[in-house]
Amino acid sequence: MSAPILWIALPFLTGALIMLLSSERFSAWIGGTVSAILALIALLIPIDTALLLGSLSIKISPAVQFFGRSFELNTADGSLLAIIYGLAALWFFGTEASGTANRFVSIGLMIVALLTASIAVEPFLYAALLLEIAAMLVIPLLVPPYQKAGRGVVRFLIYQTLAMPFILFSGWMLTGVEASPSDLGTTLQSGIMLSLGFAFLFAIFPLYNWIPMLMEEASPYATGFLLWALPTFTTIFALGFLDRYTWLRNSPQFVGSIQFAGLFMVASGGIFAALQRHLGRILGYAAIAQAGLLLLVMSLQNLEMVNLVFLTLIPRGLELTIWALALSILKRQANSLQFSDVQGLARKYPITTAALVFAHLSITGFPLLAGFPSRLALWQSLTNDSLVTLFWIFVGMFGLLMSAMRTLAVFVMTDDESAWELNESWTQILMLAIGVSGLFILGMFPQILQPLLTNLPSLFEHLGQ
Amino acid sequence: MLPEIVSWIAVALILVTATAMLINTDWRISLGALALQYLAMLWLVTRHLPFVMGSAKLITGWMVVAILGMTRLGLTNIEQEEDSFFPRGEFFRVALMGIIALVTAGAAPRIEAAIPGLGLPVIAGGLLLIGGGIVHLGVTSNLLRVILGLLTMLAGFEVLYAAVESAILVTGLLALVNLGLGTIGSYLLLAGASPLESEEEL
Repeated sequence: MSAPILWIALPFLTGALIMLLSSERFSAWIGGTVSAILALIALLIPIDTALLLGSLSIKISPAVQFFGRSFELNTADGSLLAIIYGLAALWFFGTEASGTANRFVSIGLMIVALLTASIAVEPFLYAALLLEIAAMLVIPLLVPPYQKAGRGVVRFLIYQTLAMPFILFSGWMLTGVEASPSDLGTTLQSGIMLSLGFAFLFAIFPLYNWIPMLMEEASPYATGFLLWALPTFTTIFALGFLDRYTWLRNSPQFVGSIQFAGLFMVASGGIFAALQRHLGRILGYAAIAQAGLLLLVMSLQNLEMVNLVFLTLIPRGLELTIWALALSILKRQANSLQFSDVQGLARKYPITTAALVFAHLSITGFPLLAGFPSRLALWQSLTNDSLVTLFWIFVGMFGLLMSAMRTLAVFVMTDDESAWELNESWTQILMLAIGVSGLFILGMFPQILQPLLTNLPSLFEHLGQ
Repeated sequence: MLPEIVSWIAVALILVTATAMLINTDWRISLGALALQYLAMLWLVTRHLPFVMGSAKLITGWMVVAILGMTRLGLTNIEQEEDSFFPRGEFFRVALMGIIALVTAGAAPRIEAAIPGLGLPVIAGGLLLIGGGIVHLGVTSNLLRVILGLLTMLAGFEVLYAAVESAILVTGLLALVNLGLGTIGSYLLLAGASPLESEEEL
């Protein structure tokens, strides 16, 4: 068995098979279990290393050839695959609790498989094509057959499609820069091309307007999944570029522009989140602020950068899962996520509203929650930088905290003195409880991530060494 | 000499079809123009790629045209006929294409100087398609036209990229992207047009 077949072809085919099943419950369990098993295999069985189980020898070979190119997953990818499929399992188990239609699991598995292919393909530039195909696959999740497509979906499709040519061209130009680094003209052109491509992929200001639109018009769970999956793999793809091209990570202009873009996203995301009256839009802006934080981390020029990126990415997946699940549960009850429609829901859905607020606070970087260790590490790394940078990050985080407080106030604000009820189903309570426990565990004992983080820097030959 | 002349004819065809797509509000004419555009693209792509790979692009393109055409044919909803072009003036749109043509005329020789061996007609054809596609995206919010704009832009990119990258995997993935865009476009056109199938879907 080869690693790409196990972690790319198998989940893709499973996703296709699940589409044939009609039962939502079974699809959630099958998709979740397959993802969890794949995560466990990635964690326990090292790739390209022979293991002896009694008389049985097991070895997962790292590469497979496809149309003359190779798809390769090495030993170092094991931890990454465990994280990806572990978080994907959470999303898929949550579909039943969220009431999402069964095609979420099938399409979701195919998307995760394609995105995994994007980190395995060699040359790594072709990942842009796989990211585009994955982005197109997301659309049926965002627009159910009975609903007209909104502006957010169309903009999402346009921006993702525009990103691909820029990145492919820039990749080709970068090889020219490698050959003659003194050619400033080509360097500048390729830098601009690359920046534009990633600006579209990362949804950098002002190209993020589709995110709040989508949160309003599409299913919060599906949009949450999109906001988890695409930026995660885009970050890994971007790290690949920084790792491969020395001049890129050593260019003060390029690093400065990444930092500025990140800072702008953190500040604007936080401020806009504080001004919203729609829970979905708040999640959208929080995701934007988080993407900004990821960019800020990538602009750090130290050896801890890779670790810090993954320390931000892992809790991010958990936070978005819980937040999106809570929003789906509330949306089913209130039909809308406007403040006026969810007012006082804490009395009817105490677990859901509490989980939502905890996820929100965690994204803000609140102490004892999962987002805190990575924020602390980021603040620490940036202390040598300008005070202006720290001030704007603080503004963004403060905006997110304000929106969390407003949300909490709306949930508990009611004239009606009705008794507290528990209207969530057992599956919903279980999923939310597991998620919130995870937030606290990762916040209080971040060292449990250490075994996963240890091998990740070796994924990038130059960045983490 | 003859291939060069045919290449320039292909560029002219691209200019005409891109303008026709931008001006006409009739989806039949737009799809017909797109089909012709893929023919011109075939010629330009085969300047650098083997004919088989070029024809794969042509077939994919025509398949996309067929998917979109059949979907649009099945839609009777009058709302779909609405065109949200803004500004609506034909002259404005022709002027936009004129600007694209001028930019192409100015940029193509410089690109040829920077990347020798691409060929002027290939660069001009690629830039015209990319420009036409982006202009199209800029002036419409109509779903079908957005997809046409994206396909046009991608066709331009493929013409240029074929000159620098000839991997089969890339050609295959780009064909998948084109087919995906056509299928997604068709899905989005149909979404909301048919009544609910079952209560469960709510």
